[in-house]
Amino acid sequence: MSASVLFDAPGPRTRLRHRIYSVLFLLAVAAVLYWIYRKFDEAGQFEPELWERLLSDGVFRELRKALVFTLQAAGISIVTALIFGFLLAAARLSDHGWVRWPAVAVIEFFRAVPLLLLMVFLFVLIQQQANFARETNALFAVVAGLTLYNGAVLAEVFRAGIYAVPRGQSEAAYAIGMRKTQVMTMILTPQAVRFMLPAIISQCVVVLKDTSLGGIAAAYGPELVRAARTIATYVGSSLMTYLLVAAIFIAMNSILSALAYWLERRLATRGRAAEQAVAEVEGVLEAG
Amino acid sequence: MDVLIDNWDIIWRPLVRTLEMVLIAGVMALVVGAILAAMRVAPIALARAIGTLYVYTVRNTPLLVIMVIAAFGVPELDVRPTVSLGDAELLQFDVFFFFATAALGFYTAAFVCEALRSGINSIPLGQAEAARSIGMTFAQTLRQIILPQAVRAVIPPIASALIAMTKNSSIALGVGVAEATFRMKTLTNNYASDLYVIFIAFALFYMAIVAVIAGVAALLERKLRVAR
Repeated sequence: MSASVLFDAPGPRTRLRHRIYSVLFLLAVAAVLYWIYRKFDEAGQFEPELWERLLSDGVFRELRKALVFTLQAAGISIVTALIFGFLLAAARLSDHGWVRWPAVAVIEFFRAVPLLLLMVFLFVLIQQQANFARETNALFAVVAGLTLYNGAVLAEVFRAGIYAVPRGQSEAAYAIGMRKTQVMTMILTPQAVRFMLPAIISQCVVVLKDTSLGGIAAAYGPELVRAARTIATYVGSSLMTYLLVAAIFIAMNSILSALAYWLERRLATRGRAAEQAVAEVEGVLEAG
Repeated sequence: MDVLIDNWDIIWRPLVRTLEMVLIAGVMALVVGAILAAMRVAPIALARAIGTLYVYTVRNTPLLVIMVIAAFGVPELDVRPTVSLGDAELLQFDVFFFFATAALGFYTAAFVCEALRSGINSIPLGQAEAARSIGMTFAQTLRQIILPQAVRAVIPPIASALIAMTKNSSIALGVGVAEATFRMKTLTNNYASDLYVIFIAFALFYMAIVAVIAGVAALLERKLRVAR
């Protein structure tokens, strides 16, 4: 390992010690993995019939249907959240107190309320106000909940992005006589978007993950985790079914994460200031 | 308001349940997160790889999926949350509460780990080099130079992770734990006309917990602030 704040560069004796640790650690990991394998095997999780059912066409069809709904809900939510977040951020950055303070209240409220609580509320609300088909109600609760929460988060991302643009940029723009709207739209926003992109894509991962809450809030909802409950009964193993669902989510999110990482790397080549700006914007995202 | 007062008998217990989850999962997240962070900076390549894989997997999986794997999947392996001595069962936990809390703790641990790691990484290498070159030992360097700076840097992201965890505890509803959001849901079914009151009241409950965590974090940050 190269030098770090924690260790000096190791000498020959330390390297030997590290090698011994590595072997011991490897043995420990192998033991744990073997124990897990045994547990799975004893519980019959590797039975061929179980796997035949799990990988059958019927299960595949159900999963595909649920996946389409999940992607639909996530896709719509991302677009609406971006629009809502943009409006909130514009209000938040306003010079007028009567525009700014309501925006602050809305942002802080929706960031502080558990998303599931919000979705439950919205689902009951839509049922009371306009009872569409169950599927539409579920979609509404998921999309509206995700829009309100992620819109509030994205508003903060947009604001951090605007602030991350060097001050001299707006000063110069004002100096040549631009108005605030012009400075915002022509100078700050085009530069800020670059810094925001990785954070926005990271938030897309959160949106995709949070679509799973729709199935609880609506007690119905043809999204992946809910669909998996039915599939698990058919397959006869909750463990394997849900592990499969987890794998699907990881695969989808890996693509998004890779995109965010690639963008971040690309921006880092523009120098340390850009790298820092990206990190600053990502700092407003919630950990979890 | 009446709906809350009349139903207080069935409301307070779920609120306590949520607090229990937050406390237990919070401690778990900090302990497991610290272990994971140690693995991610350890001089053993395999430990680093496993730490990285853990964080990557958890970050890309919905918490609900992890909870259902823990609460519905793991019991299929005949793993039960009991502490027994011979035949006598000393402690028996509620299966769903136990696994949901454990899932919440292990999920949040990944984010705590990232906070700790970025805190350590935020310290310039020169700090350690300077300490070593004036003759400080490894322990002195760690205790007097690295950790005081790292602790300050990790407080905000750890507080953020714990706040997210508090809100995420509501997801335990999905595996049938009778916590606050569960009660909110049943109440809104029975008292549909008081929907807004119920929603705002439960939202305020979560906000209060979040405010406590944020307040403690702010206090710690001020205490540990050092003139630079």
